[in-house]
Parts: sequence; C-alpha cells; structure tokens
Amino acid sequence: MPAITEKIMKIIFWLSGMAIIFFLAGIMFTLLSNSIPAFEEIGLKPFFTDGVWRPSAFAEPTYSLLNMIMGTFMVTAGALAFAVPVGIAAAAYLSEIASPWEREFFKPIVEILAGIPSVVLGFIGLVVLAPLLAAVFNIPSGINALNGAILVGVMALPTIITLAEDAITAVPGEYRHASLALGATRWQTIWKVTIPAAFSGISAAVMLGMGRAIGETMTVLMVTGNMIARPTSYLDSVRTLSANIAVEIGDVVFNSLHFHALFVVGLVLFMITFIVNLMADILIHRKPEVNR
Amino acid sequence: MMMQIVNTLKNENKLHPPLTNNSSEESALTGKDHFEVKVENLQFFYGRKQALFDINIEAQEKGVTALIGPSGCGKTTFLRVLNRMNDLVTDTHLEGRVCIQGRDIYDPATDVVELRKRVGMVFQQPNPFPKSIFDNIAYGPRIHGEKNKNRLSEIVEKSLQGAALWDEVKDRLYDPALSLSGGQQQRLCIARVLAVQPKILLMDEPTSAVDPIATQRIEDLVRELCRDYTIIIVTHNMQQAARISDYTGFFLQGELIEWGETSRIFTRPRDQRTEDYITGRFG
Amino acid sequence: MNRNKNISSVREWKGAELAGCWLLRFSLILVLFILGFIIYDLVSKGLEVINWEFLSDSPRVGMTEGGILPAIIGTFYVTLITIAFAVPFGVAAAIYLNEYAVQGRITRLVRMALRNLAGVPSIVFGLFGMAVFVKLFGFGPSLIAAGFTLGLLTLPVTVTAAEEALSTVPRSYREGSFALGATRWQVVRTVVLPRAMPGILTGTILGLARAAGETAPILATGAAFFLPYLPDSVFSQFMALPYHLFIMSTQHHDIAAVRPIAYGTALVLVVLVFFLNLVAVVLRRRFRSRAAKGL
Repeated sequence: MPAITEKIMKIIFWLSGMAIIFFLAGIMFTLLSNSIPAFEEIGLKPFFTDGVWRPSAFAEPTYSLLNMIMGTFMVTAGALAFAVPVGIAAAAYLSEIASPWEREFFKPIVEILAGIPSVVLGFIGLVVLAPLLAAVFNIPSGINALNGAILVGVMALPTIITLAEDAITAVPGEYRHASLALGATRWQTIWKVTIPAAFSGISAAVMLGMGRAIGETMTVLMVTGNMIARPTSYLDSVRTLSANIAVEIGDVVFNSLHFHALFVVGLVLFMITFIVNLMADILIHRKPEVNR
Repeated sequence: MMMQIVNTLKNENKLHPPLTNNSSEESALTGKDHFEVKVENLQFFYGRKQALFDINIEAQEKGVTALIGPSGCGKTTFLRVLNRMNDLVTDTHLEGRVCIQGRDIYDPATDVVELRKRVGMVFQQPNPFPKSIFDNIAYGPRIHGEKNKNRLSEIVEKSLQGAALWDEVKDRLYDPALSLSGGQQQRLCIARVLAVQPKILLMDEPTSAVDPIATQRIEDLVRELCRDYTIIIVTHNMQQAARISDYTGFFLQGELIEWGETSRIFTRPRDQRTEDYITGRFG
Repeated sequence: MNRNKNISSVREWKGAELAGCWLLRFSLILVLFILGFIIYDLVSKGLEVINWEFLSDSPRVGMTEGGILPAIIGTFYVTLITIAFAVPFGVAAAIYLNEYAVQGRITRLVRMALRNLAGVPSIVFGLFGMAVFVKLFGFGPSLIAAGFTLGLLTLPVTVTAAEEALSTVPRSYREGSFALGATRWQVVRTVVLPRAMPGILTGTILGLARAAGETAPILATGAAFFLPYLPDSVFSQFMALPYHLFIMSTQHHDIAAVRPIAYGTALVLVVLVFFLNLVAVVLRRRFRSRAAKGL
C-alpha cells in the first residue's frame, strides 16, 4: 500500500533530519553530564585559578586550565597572524586578478592542501620544521609553540582562502565598475571597494579558520611539546586544550575524577569553538555591504 | 444524498480506476447537476497576496477550453488549482469550491494521487525524465503498480499512438527521451499523461517552447484528443485559442472577465476589456 | 562567469600596482611551495621504503621491521563502517531538508546544527565516542565504536554534498512526476535520487577521504598500538594508517630507527587520501558534463 510506505518514509526522513539536531545536542549533553561530577567534587573555580594541570598527582592534584587556554590562544593567534594575511591575499588574487588558467591551476592546489591529514602535517613539523627552527633560533629543540602555530596556520589556510574567495567573488561587478569609473586605480578598487564589500564573508572565513585552529589536535599534539608549565614565549613548549585531551584520553581511568575533569576540558574547548562558529554563521548570513 | 454519491464514485475509482471513458455512467450517477469542472467563488492566495478573485466556471465534458490573458493574469495559477499542483508551493491557500466530476477536490478526504491520475498536466517546457522513451511512458503506469511487461508495452504503444508520436519513435523506444526534438518531447509528455488514462488534460502553454511546425502538430493533436478528453489549455496566443478551442475564458489581473463559447467571445465580446485584449489594444 | 567582473588582465598593470599584484600572487606561490615541499619530502624519503613487502607484511621485530598491512586493512574496515553509518543518515537527512521539509524555522535550525557539527573539534568527537559508543553502548574500543565516531564527524560532509546533488535536479522533473500522480516518496525514488546519485557518490568519497585521514577521534575509540592479528569482527580493535604514523613518529621507543617506516606510512596515507579525492573530482566532472548534455 503506497500510502503506508509514504507515511513511513516521511517519518524516516523527518527523523534523519531531526537526528542532526539530536547529535549536536547529544554531544553537548555528553560533555556536560560527564563534566558535572568534576564540578561537584572540585567546583568550577580550580579550573580557572592560577596553577598547572596535574589531575593525576598523588598528593595534591590541581586542575588549572589557564596554561592550556594560554597555549591554545598562542597557537591560534600565531596561526592566524600567518594564515589571515596570506589567505586573504591569495583569495583576492584568485578572484580579482588571476587568469583562468591560474585559477584552474591554483584552486586544486588549495584543495589538495586542505586534504592533507593533520597527522601528516604534524609529522612534517616533527622531522622538517623542528630541526629548522632549532637551527634558526639556536635552541636545543624546535618542538614549541611557534612550530605548532606555523603548521596550524597551514591547516587553516585552505579554509580561509576558499571561503574568502567565495565572499569576494560574490561582490557584484557594478561596485568595481563604479569605483573604476570614478577614476580609482585597480589596486585602490580591490582594497577600498571590493574587499570592504566582502567584509562579512571574509570575517566569517577568518572565524571558521580560527575554529579549525582552536580545535586542531594531532598537529599540535605532535609538534608543541605538551609541557604543562606556563609558556613565556613562542619558543617555549606549550600544551593546548585539544592536545591535552589527546595526551590523556588513552590512559585515563573510566569514571575517575580525572576522567570527568577531562570532559571539562572538552566542554571548554567545545564552547569556545561553538561560539566562534556561531559568530561565523551570523557573519556569513549577513548580506554583503559596503563599509564606509 | 450527495455524500453517498461522492463515496460511490470514490470507491469505484479506488478499487478499479476505469480504463475506458465511462463518464456517461458517472453523469447518470451525479444527475443533471453534473459538470466536468465546476468552480465556485474561488479565491487563491500566495501568502497574503491574492492571485485569483472570485472565479466561477462550469465546464462541460469533452471539448477544449482555452484560457487567455496577459502574463501574470492568473491563468496558470488557475490551471494548477485544478490538479492541486499548487499544493507543492508553500504558503498558498484557497477559498471556495472546486469540483471535478462532482467531487470537491479540496475536500480533506480527497486522494491527491487519484486526482492527479484523473487530471493530467502538460507543462510549458517539455519535461521528459532522463530515461528512455519507453520508460517515460511506462513511468505513470509503473508507479501506479502495473508490472506486467506485455501490458506496459501495450500502454506505451497506445499512448504514443494517441499522441501521434508512435510512427516516429517505434523503432527507437529505448533511446533517451532527451534525444528527441523539442516538439517530439512535448508530444512524448502528452503521451506520458495519456498513459495514466486521465479524464481531463490540463495544458500550460504547451506550444510556447516549440517551433511553428511542431506547434501545428500539437494543435492538431489537441483537436484530435478533445473527442475523448476534456482539455483545458492556457495560451497567450489568441489565434491559437480561436483555432482550437470550443470555449474561452479571459483572465485579467486574477479575475475571470469573461467566459463563453469561443466563436462568441471572439466576435461579440460583452466586456470592453475583452474586446480591447482580443483586438490587441493591450497585452 | 565571474570572468567578466575581472578588472583587467595583469599585463596592463604597471609600477607599484604591478608590485602589489606580485605580492598577492606570491601568497599563492607560497601555498604551492608548502604543498610541493611536503609532497617532495614524503615522496623522496618514503618511496625507497615502499615495496611489496612493506604493503603486504605485518610489523615485525618490535615494529622496527616489516610492513603496514594491518594498518591499511584497519583503515579500510573503519572507513567502510563510517560510510555504512554516515551515508544512509546523510542522504536521508538531505532528502528531508531538500524534498520534504517546509523551509522555515526547523530547517534553519537543522542547517545551523549541521554547520556547528562541522565545526566541532575532532578530539571532542573522540571524547564523545569514548563516552557513548565505547562505554555507554558497551562496544568497547572497537571498529564499530571508531566507525560510528568517524561517521558522526563526516556527517556534515555527506549531508552537504547530498543536498547539493539533490538541488541540481531540475524542478520540472519533480513536477512532471507529481502531475502523473506520484507520491512524494515515488518522486524521490524514481526521479530525484537516480539523477542525484553521482553527486551523492562524490560526497561519499570526499567524506571517506576525510575519515581515512583522521586520528584524534580514534585515539580512544578503537585504534591499537600494535596487533599481531587482523580484526575479525566489528568489535575488534584495529590498527589504522594515521594512528600508526602518529605512533611511529612520537611514541616508538626507537624513533630514529623507525623513521623510514614512518615516512613510508605517511606516503601511503597521503596517496590514499589524494586518490580518493581524485576519484571524487573525476566523478564530479563526468557528472557535470553529463548533466550539461541533459542525460
């Protein structure tokens, strides 16, 4: 009976759609519910007071996330300092200047770079970039925040280039023509008209690149050294929130306080990326506009 | 009394969709009040915007009814009311009654699938599926449960003959339908509709996307088909309406301005606006 | 299409403007250089390790010799489970979004959830997978727990690709089918899905490529350091290429000695991922040219 099949299929598809919301909510709920025992036992404050992360210490375990938040911030900021200017410049070139064959050539390259697994980049950082940094800065080891920042920047680049290029390409041609008709040079048109007009989209691209950078795990795990001490410079070893989970997830005792504390780390990481992605989402759905 | 008739009709159709044109029996059932298509006080809305105002039409069985009027006058919207294609557009609603063969098609109990089987539609752009010619024609019968290969072949042949396409394609039934010319594709779409044995054919400017020779063939086909089917055709071409239709309705800005026999509408229009339109003063 | 928006050809650029143009172009050349260097490094040092033995043997002598067959097989198995989970779900969700749902608040919410799901860090998926699939469902560290975790991670890729494929099916096909009295499911099954299938396949392969390269989600959901045997059921632990590379480059007791093996593993992994992406691109090309011919 087609009518019954029809009803069943309708329900199946509806459930599949709702499952997407359910999965996201499920992730939030899992993080939260597994964090609660940690909050109950040690409260919220120890996670955000000065100190180090030493949850499995026998005598006096401490749970401060501050150094790891600092580490995450350093790697992300360093990555963006490299990836944002390069990414926007590349996007501007691709959409405004590049000839058709250049686009045909460069776009797959950006896509291929996006496809390189993060563990492979981490490996390259370990065997190539680390010795290089050690030699350049005359330090014993190149396993540090700078190494992580550079590699995470490489990871975030394709995201920023692709999305920023979409945003710039979406700017109506009339804007450019109007600017040129007023006697502006092409260079002025790109920087004073086209890119400002694509500002929302470019910001969204940066935010999404930032989201990737904050959450990036394997690369930083492999090349930043994972020291829990407070870093003082980019040549220090750092541990990020994501790497911390990866380091300890393997041998944490199920349902121990340490286990729940690890979910607090996950929750903090999730909330940071969630907010960043939400901001990107809001930016992306704003219509392009010309800033004054 | 009325409910009983409706039920009888519905049961009959659900159990055994009539293969032959037995509407004379149905006329007997529904009595003298029966029109093939009867529309009363129809108001139609896209969201808050009203697209059709107070339409009343009573169309007899068989023959061709043409709907004319300038672009955006609501004639296509009206056509799509008759097989509930507007259901597919979100945020539309309507008031009034639309009866086809004595049944209110907007009654909650109406089976839309049954309705669309009885009321076939041909679109402005030929839209054959990206399948073979045979599979295009067999598509309708197949989704309605026909699996027998011999019967399907029979239906395909009969439908293609009905659409005057059989002789041109009989040797290449398994070629892609999209390899046909535009005019052939449109006749294929007509054949595809005939294969589900409708009673009424709705045609939405079926010749607007084909060349003059193909137009001629489709017009001939329409005259041919109207002996067995009730045809309602939307056209922006007044000469076409004059050539092929028995009745004509003139739409303007969502209103049905005038309705009557084609010969009369084109010779003695009662409304000034109709006269202005058919004499080419606007539109 | 957007070519006509271009201001002018580069040949007309002069002086300071030309310098600026080269500055922008340099950023792309930098990207090219980075990629070229990575590939050159992997190929030049990885190729000498790769031979038939490397691809067909298990690790031996404390993983300092032998091959990576179990890791290749493990990655193959886990991506199969990933697809089995993500594709039906992804396609069904895309059908809901594109064919069934009334576009409004709920579809906006689903799409927002999808975009946020795409932004969740992979290690958080790992945490979730460990808490839910490994512990709560009691799968233990296994192929199925890791496969489901990776499936969740790739869901945004498959849904987005499937939705794109569905939206390229012309509306006239749907209308033609509806007008013949087809129900919505019949329209989807007989007209929309066959036409969208190549696009869905492309998205599936892209999702597969993504899943094959991920490490963080499988750290605690089933990937094993070393296994002397191949997985024999979905509840077995497994070795995987990306995890093997991680182990060989950071966790092994004699890192210098196994460096060549790490290079070989990295090259195999990258070639696998490139190959999958290439297949997806070729499929998409063929699909598009076929669509352009209207077949």
